[in-house]
Amino acid sequence: MTRILKSIEEFEGEVSESLVIVDGHDLPPARHDGGSPEIGRSRRRIDATQRVTGRARYTQDLYLAGMLHARILRSPHARARVRRIDTKRAEALPGVRGVLHRFNTPKTPFRGDDVIFREEVRFVGEEVCAVAADDEDTAREALALIEVDYERLPHVVDLEEALGDVAPQLESDGNVSESGSHKRGDTKRALKEADVAVDVTYRTSTQLHNALETHGAVALYDGEMLTVWESTQHVFGVRTGLKNALKLPYSRIRVICDYMGGGFGAKNGVGKYTIVASLFSMRLGKPVRCVLTRDEENLAAGNRSATLQQLRLGAKGGRITAIEHTSWSNSGQGKWIANPTGPTNTLYEVANVNTRSYKVVTNAGSLSAFRAPGYVEGAFALESAIDELAEAAGVDPLTLRRRHAGAGKDPITGNRYSDKHLLECYRIGAKEIGWDRRRAGGTRGSAPHRRRGIGMASQIWGGGGGPPAYATVHVDPDGSVVLTAGTQDIGTGTRTVLAQICADELGVELDDVRVQIGDSAGPFGPMSAGSMTLASVGPAVRLAAHDAREQLLGAAAGVLETPKAELRLEAGAIVSKGARIPLGEVLGKVDNNTVIGKGIRFPNADDLAQKTFSAQFAEVEVDVRTGEIFVERIVAALDVGRIVNPLTAASQVEGGVIQGIGFALSEERIVDRALGRVMNGNLEGYKVPTVKDVPTIVVKFVDRPDRRANNLGAKGLGEPPIIPTAAAIANAVANATGARVRHAPLTRARVLEALALAGIRD
Amino acid sequence: MPPTIDRRGAALRGPSAVDVALEVNGERVVVHVPPRRTLLDALREQLGLTGTKKVCDEGTCGACTVLVDGRPVYSCLTLAIACENRRVETIEGLAKDGELHPVQRAFVDTDAFQCGFCTPGQVMSIVALLRTVPQPTEDDVKRAVAGNLCRCGAYPNIVAAGVSAGRRKRT
Repeated sequence: MTRILKSIEEFEGEVSESLVIVDGHDLPPARHDGGSPEIGRSRRRIDATQRVTGRARYTQDLYLAGMLHARILRSPHARARVRRIDTKRAEALPGVRGVLHRFNTPKTPFRGDDVIFREEVRFVGEEVCAVAADDEDTAREALALIEVDYERLPHVVDLEEALGDVAPQLESDGNVSESGSHKRGDTKRALKEADVAVDVTYRTSTQLHNALETHGAVALYDGEMLTVWESTQHVFGVRTGLKNALKLPYSRIRVICDYMGGGFGAKNGVGKYTIVASLFSMRLGKPVRCVLTRDEENLAAGNRSATLQQLRLGAKGGRITAIEHTSWSNSGQGKWIANPTGPTNTLYEVANVNTRSYKVVTNAGSLSAFRAPGYVEGAFALESAIDELAEAAGVDPLTLRRRHAGAGKDPITGNRYSDKHLLECYRIGAKEIGWDRRRAGGTRGSAPHRRRGIGMASQIWGGGGGPPAYATVHVDPDGSVVLTAGTQDIGTGTRTVLAQICADELGVELDDVRVQIGDSAGPFGPMSAGSMTLASVGPAVRLAAHDAREQLLGAAAGVLETPKAELRLEAGAIVSKGARIPLGEVLGKVDNNTVIGKGIRFPNADDLAQKTFSAQFAEVEVDVRTGEIFVERIVAALDVGRIVNPLTAASQVEGGVIQGIGFALSEERIVDRALGRVMNGNLEGYKVPTVKDVPTIVVKFVDRPDRRANNLGAKGLGEPPIIPTAAAIANAVANATGARVRHAPLTRARVLEALALAGIRD
Repeated sequence: MPPTIDRRGAALRGPSAVDVALEVNGERVVVHVPPRRTLLDALREQLGLTGTKKVCDEGTCGACTVLVDGRPVYSCLTLAIACENRRVETIEGLAKDGELHPVQRAFVDTDAFQCGFCTPGQVMSIVALLRTVPQPTEDDVKRAVAGNLCRCGAYPNIVAAGVSAGRRKRT
């Protein structure tokens, strides 16, 4: 019977309630007895051969016949009014087919604005004009011929400058607005009564995503349908953005993302380049490609906000009694901020907590979600400050955390956790790193000028996923299987784990399952973000496979004239009284019939909180002469429910840790304050980790199914591993040297400064 | 019109598009490109060999690595015309008769990629390494791919793939 149910979901720290249309019933939790043929087994990616042979087709690899190339002219000024645009010379250039700008483009609502080309451009890199031409070279040449009359306006790009009195005020209500707060207990009193307290300020710099495939789209309007190929984490989100911008119905928009070269949160929806390509295609009747360059990617495709964070913590009797945390995030021109106080609100059972976070607008490129947005920045500050408090209280930092990490309830909603094994993560990680080797004040390193230390930090994050998500399983008459689901594989191995779930539940071989995803022509699925893909889509796939299996067994019962109860489907064969008949042979008797199993994601329990937990331990050496940090070993111990594919899960954790190392040590966008320009918007000046920056990484999973979370018992894994890395490293550095670096990344200059402050060097 | 001859006796060509003969993955091909066209763009746009990726287009990431006369080069910093009559190998040419090259096989087995966008460049760098160092150590592999960025952070498995591909070749 079709009915509506309530569901509670968490997305990147925000909890919301939704309604879900459901039919039938969910499956009971999947078995976890080691007997599962696919789930819990390490499997090579089913699309691996495509990826290693260069045959995997990414958006940028699409060259359609007659395709035009669009390029975007971007503001050279941090803030200016666009008074006049003269495109006559550009349009006269042979091969130029069209221009778009604010004077000739209809209203195209985009993220809260009603146009894509604004009268007042507000950061260096903002879109001013677009050109479509027969080839890239002509389009680029045409950009140079466009004359724009700008009226320059005062700007501010720096977070702390924007907070001050002299900065230009960019919004009618100023640059600063509150975006969230949480209060429990009485922190003022608790701090007054504390035995020890710390009052510290932390900073984090802007991190740039730098997915190797830049943002881009190819659009083709044929008079009836708009088809867009886009490198995206959400084909349905792009579809919604196009519907809003172009006023086309959903039924006439199809968005495809077959392979994509990384997103990390920056590709969660439609981009201006998508709309530009689509508008040109609709006007000119040809396919149009608009792909950003690396430079554009680093100006206008999002970032992780820089933050300023103030924390006051108090302890009494060896326990944390109070945390106050106020945070300001540079949102650029973004309409939201990720919340750095999220971990403070929920990670530990502390009676008195008072947090507040503020959005600060500036004339810099906008933030976009970046792998655990807010939580990476917040965990660096909170988990560093907890170590500072432990040091002041004379308590081992792991012991101090253990006293607060056992809570069974979410402190904000009061809902019980569906499952939680943070203490087990501590036990596994401490054993693996050899925490008992840790000495207050660190130990001698491998040379006289090198100090050695161990640190750790922990993490909370969502990852429970939720509805709506759908899947279908088609079984063709030859017994081959097509699994269709509304999701996309952004490099996490989604295709492979969904195929494993399908093969497992259906009773066929993994190789028999073809996975069709990344296409909005199929059933809806959520964005591949917020660590929610597996926990959202996986249970729907399991249900669809189950439905298909029931139908297949019913059909086989008819064909074989045997009661259904005596039949099983195993490894692609109907098993009947010891005989194995290949599925294709059975179905061959009813040729051209197709079995279609359907599955949906049932709601989350509305009285539980589905969370992921983990801890990371870092061992480092620090050269006290140069300030260089050598990360030698990271141990990550994670509780993310059941592991479907240990091989790809470990890869994802290693990747998260490595991005965390980048955030901790080297990644930092530099913006010239006077000009508002990004000075290192390329892969030379902006330092993402290379192979030589990677330490030994040990990955350990608790691997217990969260049976109350969903029918699979699995939760998300994308974001947890990046959250605690920077704090674990900073804590190890402090242990090694006695110097506390309160600004990520911990560059050599900042380490030297902290060493000097601590009196370790002049 | 006879070609202009430079001091060393070579024909000066361009500035408009000219025919350039290359040997790509064992086949002789001719591309018609202006002299400023990079090998990367010629491969992707003229020859449809889109396995080689454009990431930075300025020689800082290694994604466009291909082999020219057996040596790894950044194809975004190499002009197509400079490869006249030279042997170019790309990711598309590695698998023979449907059999993956040992390096490709090792990447599959060790899960040495996530999004896969850097993979062709990583694979080509290691293929070049194995021709001179058939059984590389971890450090050898790290040196070979030090110029190949991977934003997903598949590095530990890339190194493992390089080492195991060497072992695999021996057997």
